[in-house]
Amino acid sequence: MAHRLALSTNYAVAYAVKNCDVDVIAAYPITPQTSVVEKLSEFVADGELDAEFVPVESEHSALSAVVGASAAGARVFTATASQGLALMHEILFIASGMRLPIVMSIANRTLSMPLNIHNDHQDMMSSRDCGWVQMYVSSAQEAHDTIIQSYRLAERTDILLPVCVCYDGYVLSHTYEPVDVREKSEVLEYVPRVDRPHVLDPDKPITIGVMALPNYTYEFKYQLVDALTKVPKALEEVDKEFDKRFGVSYGLYEEYMTEDAEVLLVALGAVASTAKVAINRLREKGVKAGLFRPRLYRPIPVDLWKRILEKAKALAIVDRAIAFGGVGGPLFTDIATIFANDREKPLMMNFIAGIGGRDVTVNNLIDMVNIAFKALEKGRVEKPCIYYGVRGVDYGGY
Amino acid sequence: MLIEIRWHGRGGQGAVTAAELLASAAIMEGKWAQAFPSFGAERRGAPVQAYTRIDDKPIYDRSFIYEPDVVVVLDQSLLEGDEARNVMSGLKPNGKLIVNTNQEPREVAKKLGYKGEIVVVDATSIAIELIGRPIVNTAMLGAVVKAVKIVELTSILKVLEKRFSGSMVDRNVKAIMRAFEKAVVGVVES
Amino acid sequence: MTELKKWYELPIGCSNMEPGSSLNNITAGWRVFMPEIDKNKCTKCRLCWIFCPEGAMELDEEGFTKVNYTYCKGCGICANECPSKAITMKRMEV
Repeated sequence: MAHRLALSTNYAVAYAVKNCDVDVIAAYPITPQTSVVEKLSEFVADGELDAEFVPVESEHSALSAVVGASAAGARVFTATASQGLALMHEILFIASGMRLPIVMSIANRTLSMPLNIHNDHQDMMSSRDCGWVQMYVSSAQEAHDTIIQSYRLAERTDILLPVCVCYDGYVLSHTYEPVDVREKSEVLEYVPRVDRPHVLDPDKPITIGVMALPNYTYEFKYQLVDALTKVPKALEEVDKEFDKRFGVSYGLYEEYMTEDAEVLLVALGAVASTAKVAINRLREKGVKAGLFRPRLYRPIPVDLWKRILEKAKALAIVDRAIAFGGVGGPLFTDIATIFANDREKPLMMNFIAGIGGRDVTVNNLIDMVNIAFKALEKGRVEKPCIYYGVRGVDYGGY
Repeated sequence: MLIEIRWHGRGGQGAVTAAELLASAAIMEGKWAQAFPSFGAERRGAPVQAYTRIDDKPIYDRSFIYEPDVVVVLDQSLLEGDEARNVMSGLKPNGKLIVNTNQEPREVAKKLGYKGEIVVVDATSIAIELIGRPIVNTAMLGAVVKAVKIVELTSILKVLEKRFSGSMVDRNVKAIMRAFEKAVVGVVES
Repeated sequence: MTELKKWYELPIGCSNMEPGSSLNNITAGWRVFMPEIDKNKCTKCRLCWIFCPEGAMELDEEGFTKVNYTYCKGCGICANECPSKAITMKRMEV
């Protein structure tokens, strides 16, 4: 029996981690993630969580400590955001290359400069190639449940990959809303301890993290490529098992009014939640709009995305990160690539919005859909990438 | 029915906590609620906004509140000069304005050119007398509960007991009850 | 030339599951010179044991250092470091 509390997403994550009975937490504070690990340190100090809490001197050390603990067989957790995630960058690849089932929560915050503590997705987007499983959630409840699912997914012997759960800083991290906290005994039945084939054990010594020459490195890296291809199906199974036990299922994505939609809004995280309100208002006026929210972002379940997106005539893809010097934001680039070799495909427009904590309102999202409809009328996209909301920027005639 | 409440205070006055306490009370009653802050510079004294949304069904809108049903002002000085525009921005025509002040409703409304329902309470004096410090958030909560009738006073008191401990609970309970009693609801027609 | 393994034949996580597998690499064949320890001069300071880069110095029952000629590659570091000049590098017979 779950019990309902008013929790911020940060606290919801902390409760989930506590109930998964982790062994080692090593973390460094950074806004807007800090209260996750503060809450966890309270749990440990009060004896509610039997774990080793290691306060380290930087995020680089946090992930390193957690890599070491995980390599020794511990169930581990860390959390970060923004500059902290950037500081961890080299260890991210090490964690995935060593196939360690680490779970990390990211309270997405922009990257300096300028210095800014507010929300966008620049931090994880700038590290999206690291080989971690990446999920974006859009509510405190989903964050709580996804952390629990992440341990089950990460520790499967056919997966063994680190997982990060991303949620918008402030907009989700500091927002109080109702959360059904899953009962610890039920959670532990859902994520029991599993033996791993490669752990550091003094009685059975092995080496983890070898040096390899050009003749072997590619094969080791390909193992990681292959493991990621198994994730979509594994996550579906993990999600179904979660549904059986807790009565809630999230799937790999969320679709809202997509069946007959001519324009689809595509967005990750909190923006997609606000988008539902925008879609409702558009539908009241007879506008055929819908929403597609990916939940599993890396690896991309290409066929699943394509099956839904190809039905629309135009896509309004919202990115909360800038890929400087490229052709568009990360989500836009991914989707454009999915359709790269097809002659028939929807028109694709990229709206880079919500940068540095700038609010994305219901009216903004309605505007984006309307711009996409204008492009449909013209039959072509004049300016594929619109930096939406920048004062002084022209939208190319829309 | 969705109700949107926007709180205006200065850093350190507890606007964010007030927003959260109200949301927690609503959630305890089985409603859906959302409470979140909007920070500028994180320092004492800087203007801070906080938001509470309450509804019977799940709330999906996660943007800031631009057209509040209720505006709560924890610090009278925010009604001066430029900041007044931010405070009053978007308040719905049949909305409510709740202000921490020692002035009469008519006086406050006149200075702002405001017409409609206005609730005043001298939360600062109540806080100083009963809590010992000018932290006005709980007193303002008392006024909000009286004016808006969105949650039961008993729910707020229960939530307080969970959030604070020791003598702080008693002092804050007293402040809420005093403000609930003393808040004056006025309607300014012209 | 041993055949290189395919990606799915490798152990997971960039691991080497065989402990002590570096012993499979016989480095004796690299040798041109070989060290000889004069027990009369040796003071058992064990600096040669610490400095040997291949771990080819061992300790015998009396506590003297002893060369493991299966792995010694003849680099001469032990002779160079010995403070008592107890180690000499001799040219190997072909």
